[in-house]
Amino acid sequence: MWVYTDKVRDLFNNPKNVGEVDDADGVGEVGSLSCGDALKLTFKLDETGRISDAKFQTFGCASAIASSSALTEMIIGKTLEEAEKITNQDIVEFLGGLPDKKMHCSVMGQEALQAAIANYRGERLPKEDSEIVCECFGVTQSEIVDAINHNNLTTLEQVTDYTKAGGGCGTCHERIEEILQEVLGQVGAEHRPKEPAKPRLSNIQKMKLIEETLEREIQPNLEKDGGSIELVDIIGERVLVSLKGACATCAASDITLKHYVESKLRELVADTLVVEEVAQ
Amino acid sequence: MKTIYVDNNATTRVAPEVVEEMSPYFSEFYGNPSSMHFFGGQVQLKVEEARERVAALIGARPEEIIFTSCGTESDNTAIMSALHSNPEKRHVVSTRVEHPAVKNLVAQLKREGYRVTELPVDSKGLVSMDEVARTITDDTAIVSVMWANNETGVLFPVEDIAGLAKSRGALFHTDAVQAVGKLPVNMAESQIDMVSISGHKLHAPKGIGALYLRRGTRFSPYIIGGHQEEGRRGGTENVPYIIGLGKACEIAARSLDDEYLKVRSLRDKLENGLLEMIPNSIINGDREQRLPNTVSISFEYVEGESILLKLSDKGICASSGSACTSGSLEPSHVLRAMGVPFTAAHGSIRFSLSVYNTEEEIDYILEVTPPIIEELRSISPFWKGSVARSCSAS
Repeated sequence: MWVYTDKVRDLFNNPKNVGEVDDADGVGEVGSLSCGDALKLTFKLDETGRISDAKFQTFGCASAIASSSALTEMIIGKTLEEAEKITNQDIVEFLGGLPDKKMHCSVMGQEALQAAIANYRGERLPKEDSEIVCECFGVTQSEIVDAINHNNLTTLEQVTDYTKAGGGCGTCHERIEEILQEVLGQVGAEHRPKEPAKPRLSNIQKMKLIEETLEREIQPNLEKDGGSIELVDIIGERVLVSLKGACATCAASDITLKHYVESKLRELVADTLVVEEVAQ
Repeated sequence: MKTIYVDNNATTRVAPEVVEEMSPYFSEFYGNPSSMHFFGGQVQLKVEEARERVAALIGARPEEIIFTSCGTESDNTAIMSALHSNPEKRHVVSTRVEHPAVKNLVAQLKREGYRVTELPVDSKGLVSMDEVARTITDDTAIVSVMWANNETGVLFPVEDIAGLAKSRGALFHTDAVQAVGKLPVNMAESQIDMVSISGHKLHAPKGIGALYLRRGTRFSPYIIGGHQEEGRRGGTENVPYIIGLGKACEIAARSLDDEYLKVRSLRDKLENGLLEMIPNSIINGDREQRLPNTVSISFEYVEGESILLKLSDKGICASSGSACTSGSLEPSHVLRAMGVPFTAAHGSIRFSLSVYNTEEEIDYILEVTPPIIEELRSISPFWKGSVARSCSAS
């Protein structure tokens, strides 16, 4: 069972501002029946340009309903300029937190708000002109980029939690990884945790990556113990190596091979790799 | 608040008689059945009595029963044994609506290079026998088709499929964890080779299961160890739980017919009541070929997790095939395989009854559920006072 905060449960059981504002100035509709959640946000502006009323209709789980209700409470009384600064993280904070797998509910709130403001201004949203990455849930590249930037996402799994992209058939996983790398590459990659998810590699890329990993990651560590490793060949998923120096005569070299070399290669290159020692 | 438990396909209450039967075998008679002294020997007798009781429930011989730790272990044991015993055969047949215990194992086998056919089902959740006949070949090592689906309760023609498998020289296994204890099962007049049984689905505790293995079937153990279970399953016997499973089977064998009728009439009352009172509600799965205790019902335009939480706040424990409840983002693979439309799949609720449910509980569910659906529909952007709604209001 999901663990929801009291605030989420309260807004789920007693949602505020349900319905549609009469003669709305802005209307934002996101999500769909097939996706499993959808939100329609309507708002009205007063003569000073502040949001005087906002209402929602939501099809979805408890966190989707609570996020929608929170959103309406947060935007009433704000100017559009103030309202458009609201991010999904603000919604999450208002709710006292959401389970990781439910973060997309807060993102849906932010997107409905953006859509409603764009509707009022007669603008197109960037996502409408953006490439669709996830066909299953209709998620575009610009939505994924926004979610990565607003929430400091670093993994495919997180992107799925926040946007649902990649949560269906999985054929877009490679493309999401590319987007992640593009975005992370732009924003000082050294400040972020190392990207743990692995892109699918061509054979040549894989060989290069194995060589690099052996040289940069593994060799220096073995050298500390007076050992050394040499790449002999790569056949399919089999990485043939020969151990030299202290390693060659070390009784624990089997353990080094499986527990260190192989797990490092699996972590950094591909989790299907098998390391074997060959005599040279 | 009173707890109304209608999630018996997830797990069941351990029968008080079962607990009573088990309890002396923790601290009092704690011997190891393999020991060569009276203290272990008396325990061995109880283990063999339990084996006889399990066998009696399904019309088997005691030596055809192997105790395991759960239904999943039984499923894994059966399928892997078939493959190891027939290494020349590389084809596995199953369905798209199996429990993950079979479905994910079969997916793993596919990754390991086996040829795998997952039979499709129609909108009622049934397989086509023509398709089954076309699929099983001389290369098929094992056909594994569940007896009853856990989400919809739909029953599969396992005897017919077992006959087809036999005629092509393939073994037939059925995951019967939802069927045994709810339906009459008689292995003496059957062509089925292997049957998985789970304790906690029939009022025994969690952590105990059994595998029926037809006499003469080639077998390769899944857990390799000591000589327990005639060398067919290593590991010291889980004595109290085995005794508990035996007792639960003995009770089930005694009361199967009465329970069948009682539970079915409660289920029918619940199902008909919900359909009558809640517009745009749909039963998932064939209503005839079905377990007596299960109803999977979809309420269009609302989402299952929301319904479950509101039911839960009223003390009612049910389950859902919606995406949100599973932690995945798509509705259950069973409903998708049946082609249930998205309008309905996300709003599916499963009520699964047991002999412990009462008429009053059903009345309470029928009183509480319609306002919950109405409330959630009033929030839903897709529910716009349709014709059905005005009908129900009039």
